[in-house]
Amino acid sequence: MSAVTDKTPQGGIHPSAPSLKHARLPKWAPAATAVGAIAVAVGIGMGAELSSKIQWGLIAVLLFVGTLHVLSSKVEGTRQAKDRLATSLLWVCFILAVIPLFSLIEYTIAKGLKVLDAAFLSHSMNGVITTETGGGIYHSLIGTLEQVGIATAMAAPIGLLTAIYLVEYGRGKLAKTVTFFVDVMTGVPSIVAGLFILSFWIIYLDFNFSGFAGAMALAILMMPVVVRSTEEMLKLVPNELREASLALGVPKWLTILRVVLPTAIGGIVTGVMLAIARITGETAPVLLLVYGSTAINNNPFDGPQDSLPLYVFQQWKNGNEPSYDRAWAAALVLIALVMAFNLLARGIARWKAPSGGRG
Amino acid sequence: MEISRSAPTQAKAVVPPESGPPNLRQTPVEPPAPQNKGKVRLGDRLFSGASRGSGILLLVIMAAIAAFLTYRAVGAIADDHGNFLTTKEWNANATPPVFGIAVLATGTVISAVIAMVIAVPIAVGVALFISHYAPRKLAQPLAYLVDLLAAVPSIVYGLWGALFLVPHLQGTTQWLDSFFAWTYVFDASQPEVTPRSLFTVGILLAIMILPIVTNVSREVFLQVPRMHEEAALALGATRWEVIRISVLPFGRSGVISASMLGLGRALGETMAVATVLSPSAILSLHILDPGGGTIAQNIASGFGEASPFGRDALIASGLVLFVITLVVNGAARLIIARRKEYSGANA
Repeated sequence: MSAVTDKTPQGGIHPSAPSLKHARLPKWAPAATAVGAIAVAVGIGMGAELSSKIQWGLIAVLLFVGTLHVLSSKVEGTRQAKDRLATSLLWVCFILAVIPLFSLIEYTIAKGLKVLDAAFLSHSMNGVITTETGGGIYHSLIGTLEQVGIATAMAAPIGLLTAIYLVEYGRGKLAKTVTFFVDVMTGVPSIVAGLFILSFWIIYLDFNFSGFAGAMALAILMMPVVVRSTEEMLKLVPNELREASLALGVPKWLTILRVVLPTAIGGIVTGVMLAIARITGETAPVLLLVYGSTAINNNPFDGPQDSLPLYVFQQWKNGNEPSYDRAWAAALVLIALVMAFNLLARGIARWKAPSGGRG
Repeated sequence: MEISRSAPTQAKAVVPPESGPPNLRQTPVEPPAPQNKGKVRLGDRLFSGASRGSGILLLVIMAAIAAFLTYRAVGAIADDHGNFLTTKEWNANATPPVFGIAVLATGTVISAVIAMVIAVPIAVGVALFISHYAPRKLAQPLAYLVDLLAAVPSIVYGLWGALFLVPHLQGTTQWLDSFFAWTYVFDASQPEVTPRSLFTVGILLAIMILPIVTNVSREVFLQVPRMHEEAALALGATRWEVIRISVLPFGRSGVISASMLGLGRALGETMAVATVLSPSAILSLHILDPGGGTIAQNIASGFGEASPFGRDALIASGLVLFVITLVVNGAARLIIARRKEYSGANA
């Protein structure tokens, strides 16, 4: 704004017109107000002996927003004051949004590092009395990796092919229906996916609880995410590439396999990795279908297994200090795993960004 | 230059066959060996068949979810000795079984509404902040920070909520009770009890749905035509006025659908509610009081001890949840589909 007003020629055609330059608060005014507000808030907090730091923060924010608004409306006029008010409120929104993130990550790391060591990663809970220390997450880690692996093996090809259908082949009613239901499927709660496999696989077909049953539910949750992201990526592939290949007489399916997919592969892998990150943390379907166990079960097709999110839930349910410690440590491992998938996905996206797309 | 010149004509020649039957494509090419033609068709047919089949498989899965849940639910509801819709308690394992979703459905809706009331304004604020206020270099890292919030598994939110948030909300609960008890909803009957209440659940859900609402809204705000904003600026509007007169009107339907996607998430969230809430069969609008329940939470907590019939009853409640989320998500997608210019659906 200031740039616009500054460039306007001064003392223009109408000498009687008001100057286009408004009085402005100096640039350091917001910072100074912030420092002042925090100082006063700390003073009030100490003086009134308010125990909660949240209250201190609240007082500081209110003081800052209020003071700046009053100052600005006195000096700059109501419109500028409103603008400043909106700016500070948006800052407040953003800070409010990241406070829980930092609190959660800091708290999990602080609590989780207490029992996290090599023994915790390499031992199961078999024979460990829950009220005592010891035990580990080896069996859960095995379960999580196997279930997520199987789910990916099922969901990724189906998701990929569906996306290819929607982008390369799909016309008309069927494609529209599939698009709509893929969108709706994204919103299916994880517990409902779990209940479906429960009623179909375990009650109707009478199979036992197993890692595979859990993997099927996870695959249902993963499919729409893969379809969506792959679809977006395939749409970014420039049409000229397809046309050039087709013009050379290459059949359509080879064009897709050899030209379209390699061009978009970075984005597709990224989408799959993000989907993996999402299902790694799913608890509800695993709770219903894998059932949980304290011993190592390497076979995902037979008998109850365990998984990391389920482990966290069960340790929390035990309700004593050693179990809480284990829960935090497992939660830390889980977050680390999910973040690793996320970072990997972003790394791949940056490394193999399709040209002509986001570049 | 020659290549680029010939490209458009090629494109024109090729585009129609792409959508038409495969044999049309052969015409501009030199006449190939006849057996080659057959091979090509086979590969094409297999590939298009496989991809079309996957699409159909997805539809079949959705239909199967609805069919199997309904199949189990009908039997359970028929044997229910209470009214499935109005009974408050959930005693599906008792003989005779008496269960209903009155408390659960209400709790599901109340907690989701609390989450929406808190999350949507903040999320829109954050989205505006990232799209229009943050310095350009900071915008991308900030967006990534919000994405990190989305990446945290729900069980970790649940653990954090139960062991950190609940004790820390005790003060807030008492404060709300002492100053706003007259609003009825904030009237806590025992404010000194640990607040394992729907209110706490709502706050936790708000934190959890914040990223999705933020991401979809931000994407919509970034789609606002530059000309609209520049026109407003040229009229001398301040930054806030630009947002009010050009960004918000354009983004309204996007924000609505983003909120509904968040609502769908909040309705179906299981673990965070199961760890934080102390459930009971009391139907109450005093959101600060412990008690109540949600459908998903009831399934997760009740599944371990459920008898075979109890499982069917839980499946029946799951069907209700499925239908609710289906309606909410379907509505959100229809709103998005009405404005094809942006795709907020990929979040």
